[in-house]
Amino acid sequence: MSASSKDLGAFRIKGAGRHTPARTARFTFDGKSYTAMEGDTVASALLAHGVHVVGRSFKYHRPRGILSAGPEEPNALLDVSRDAGRRQPNVRATVQEVFDGVKIASQNRWPSLKYDIGAFNDLLSPFFAAGFYYKTFMWPKEAWHKLYEPFIRRAAGLGEAPREEDPDHYANRYAHCDVLIAGAGVAGLTAALSAAATGASVFLVDEQPEVGGAMHFDAAATIDGVNGYEWAQKTAARLKAMPNVTVLTRTTVFGYYNHGFVGLVERVTDHVARPGRDLPRERLWQVRAKRVVLATGSIERHMVFANNDRPGIMLASAARTFLNHHGVAVGKKVGVYTAHDSAYEAAFDLKRAGVSIAAIVDCRNHPGDAVLAEARALGIDVLTGHSVVNTSGRLRVSSMSVVRNGGSNARKVAVDSLIVSAGWTPSVHLFSQSRGKLRFDEQNQRFLPDIYAQDCVSIGACNGTDNLSDLIDEAIAAGGGALALSGENRFEWTGGMIGAAEGAGPDHVVKAFVDFQHDVTAKDIRLAVREGMHSIEHIKRFTTNGMASDQGKLSNMHGLAIAAEMLGRPIPKVGLTTFRAPYTPVTYGTLVGHSRGDLFDPARKTPMHALEAAEGAEFEDVGNWKRAWYFPKRGEDMHAAVNRECRTVREAAGVFDASTLGKIEVVGPDAAQFLNLLYTNAWDTLKPGKCRYGIMTREDGFVYDDGVVGRLAEDRFHVTTTTGGAPRVLHHMEDYLQTEFPHLKVWLTSTTEQWAVIAVQGPKAREIIQPFVEGLDISNEAFPHMSVAECKVMGVPARLFRMSFTGELGFEVNVPADYGPAVWKAIWERAEGMGACLYGTETMHVLRAEKGYIIVGQDTDGTVTPDDAGLGWAVSKKKADFVGIRGLKRPDLIRDGRKQLVGLVTNRPSDMLEEGAQIVADPNQPKPMTMLGHVTSSYWSENCGRSIAMALVADGRARIGQTLYVPMSDRTIAVEVTDMVFFDKEGGRIHG
Amino acid sequence: MLLIHCPYCEEDRSELEFRWAGEAHIARPENIAAITDEEFAEYFFLRNNEKGLTYERWRHIHGCGRFFNAARDTVSDKFLMTYKAGLPKQPIPTAEQAAAIAEEKTVETWEATEGDAR
Repeated sequence: MSASSKDLGAFRIKGAGRHTPARTARFTFDGKSYTAMEGDTVASALLAHGVHVVGRSFKYHRPRGILSAGPEEPNALLDVSRDAGRRQPNVRATVQEVFDGVKIASQNRWPSLKYDIGAFNDLLSPFFAAGFYYKTFMWPKEAWHKLYEPFIRRAAGLGEAPREEDPDHYANRYAHCDVLIAGAGVAGLTAALSAAATGASVFLVDEQPEVGGAMHFDAAATIDGVNGYEWAQKTAARLKAMPNVTVLTRTTVFGYYNHGFVGLVERVTDHVARPGRDLPRERLWQVRAKRVVLATGSIERHMVFANNDRPGIMLASAARTFLNHHGVAVGKKVGVYTAHDSAYEAAFDLKRAGVSIAAIVDCRNHPGDAVLAEARALGIDVLTGHSVVNTSGRLRVSSMSVVRNGGSNARKVAVDSLIVSAGWTPSVHLFSQSRGKLRFDEQNQRFLPDIYAQDCVSIGACNGTDNLSDLIDEAIAAGGGALALSGENRFEWTGGMIGAAEGAGPDHVVKAFVDFQHDVTAKDIRLAVREGMHSIEHIKRFTTNGMASDQGKLSNMHGLAIAAEMLGRPIPKVGLTTFRAPYTPVTYGTLVGHSRGDLFDPARKTPMHALEAAEGAEFEDVGNWKRAWYFPKRGEDMHAAVNRECRTVREAAGVFDASTLGKIEVVGPDAAQFLNLLYTNAWDTLKPGKCRYGIMTREDGFVYDDGVVGRLAEDRFHVTTTTGGAPRVLHHMEDYLQTEFPHLKVWLTSTTEQWAVIAVQGPKAREIIQPFVEGLDISNEAFPHMSVAECKVMGVPARLFRMSFTGELGFEVNVPADYGPAVWKAIWERAEGMGACLYGTETMHVLRAEKGYIIVGQDTDGTVTPDDAGLGWAVSKKKADFVGIRGLKRPDLIRDGRKQLVGLVTNRPSDMLEEGAQIVADPNQPKPMTMLGHVTSSYWSENCGRSIAMALVADGRARIGQTLYVPMSDRTIAVEVTDMVFFDKEGGRIHG
Repeated sequence: MLLIHCPYCEEDRSELEFRWAGEAHIARPENIAAITDEEFAEYFFLRNNEKGLTYERWRHIHGCGRFFNAARDTVSDKFLMTYKAGLPKQPIPTAEQAAAIAEEKTVETWEATEGDAR
């Protein structure tokens, strides 16, 4: 039944809380409609309507409620959606603010929250102890993929990932500041005031919607005589007005990295009913802070006792937040089970608001005198030296069983809610992330910051400073300024315990939960120790304690204490598991930011890209480049298009976009000497106006890159590299120039994107470009193969190369990138009229293979020497030094039997070899066969009328003429070893 | 993310602008063509890979483009100093910093915890 729109819930307490009754919001939970007040969290709104069961637990599917009122919540994880595309699973009900129209759904239950089939697991729990997965799904091996893994995957994990693409966008900002303060409670606010007064630039960051920290629940504390929460809001307003202060709420400091680098996530629209479309959903801040002040507070722990997980059982401070901040009572008859004074204050607040307190059960014999006296004055029953050893109630706690410590007669006390406190754990997460070292405070059973690794200071509760007056002094000092401020707590707190309480009972009987989200009990941790896990890191992984999305904010200390007790070792000796970022879960969207879709990995396009696309080009990815792959005509598939292109280039001509080739300008009086050292060839003998094919090796003697280098002048070279190799070749050159040969006067500049390169190849190439070239005689006599010159093409300053990667008469026209499209258009218009074609990378590959030209990275693999590749002629025998000169003489590089690049032709011309296929001499040899090498390139050659291939084969050149075999899965292909030139063996065409 | 001081720009810049470039102070032998196989292996293949204080090369690749040397503690990731390429190996400036490195070596790592457990 739907509640009336004015029904704010039966558990709202009139006059309590800080929300405005007139401002309401409607939301649904599992399809049922409710009214909340603006400022409510999903948790407080549900509790106001008496809804405690909000989910089922991970392993045993036990009904679970709301345990906390903050980001540490392990239980109340819900599915929150605005619309189909904006749905997020596993949202903490205690963090998500209600906005009008939000749809909330429970998770991990079927068919419904109240009747869940999976709860059967609870009865089977003896079989689901810690380590169950490791032991059970071992045999038979084959069952793993078909049976076990699908089963576990279905059963495991909370919530369901959204299927739609995320329609929101996420922003990213960088910032610098003098002081970043994490946490805007009293400590953080005071430190900010103090730091701001010095003129420092300050970032004050808090994960909650409002500043105030513990003042959300502590309604009794005062600062300068004012209620603590009110003081906090006024102080935040003052700080926001200062030009040197940035106050960010709803913003979590999730990571503290090296050198004051801090990661923040700001939730911009998750609380807004109708967010502006221009707003990002979340914003990632990457802040470099000179100094970090940690004012992250502390987190209350639960008590570990039998059936401590029933809905209605929650942290005492959470009950106080729901009452004092949201105006919601967690029950009508509330029990208290505690080992710490703080829970008394919760009981006092509830009692004063008219809620009945069944009893305060305190496992200590001596609570603080002040709280005892106040309890007496308020007429609350206090049972010291007693423990709660069990609870009952199916979907909500209905009673607690109380026993005198050491006794056996349990007394059942009826309650509809049970609030608990085992004391407070300082939030040292960020301190630890900064690589600070902790010490164990034996007296108060807690870890505190000890040795700092960065310029950072911890203040307030996260530093173990609980007294408000001391905390304020500490915060003023941390800010570096001077300030007069006084604060007063109502009560000084004492007490606290870690580990299993009296009520955790003997091992085999009860479920006393340590980690709620992963269903880890005290028994599981004891079992882990008995099974031989002695390191806390092993115990953590065996039990999964603290490995859920809450990262053990409540459970780690309890788990550690139980393990230490079992091991008979002091807690510091057992050690703490490592705190890692993020402090709370961060969405992928925030981390990815704008780097999605087209911006995920930006494409590089040549100046002629659009013109090629207009001609119908298909493109392929080469690194980040989009390269024209082939140009199909109507009705042509790739095969037909490539065959036509290959034929046309050799019969008439082809036009090819070679702009992606890497280009480096090497300039200076010592340029030739430098290239002599970086390439295997000799460059001082190359005359200006000529170019030469060069090979670059690393010191180890293996081929690193290749390309044509043109000498434009005595002191100027135009170096080309492979498309993919350009950045690393320049890096390699810079490395040698700066660190090994700094005496050489040379300047290196990357010019890859400065030049558009139009290759015109084929018998008609000269005729095609002739009318466009000014100021240069490009006849065969004046401008023979491997010439280079500066001239004008269509009036544009150009560098013209006479070179060829096809074996045909060829030119490469380099013009400034902006002129590329115009020149391309003119050349192509004329070429088309003369029967030429456009061709892409696929045809380029086939044509070069027909001529036996290698592609570094395809026919070589980092273990191939120039000689292996048949390029021994390119290694100078006269030079005294070059990079690789010594490596090439290593015994393994000069031994007999190395793999050498050769050609292969199949006995049947139509048989195609697969690139990567292995080559053997004897196809009948039993396995493992002796493999001689592998196919590196394989194509159909329309010009040869057959398939052709290149391969690396042991002793390849000595095997020319032999028959070898390529065993495939369905047959064995016989091949003949040949040289690498398949077309125009005499090489006359190139000089045409 | 690390903050690295470029000795050429004389500025602290984010790690994003830099690229690591291997161990520092390994000079290419002047007579490289004449050295023995063992000497070549020592020069080209073998690296110290030290835990703790290490001298390495970095390049301000998205900045000034210069290669330079750095002394870094590989346990804490702290940069102790950076200096220009070509300068000889620099001593760590102060005794305090050396002590800081020794201190860092005792930092509680996963390995240390595991060692303790064994």
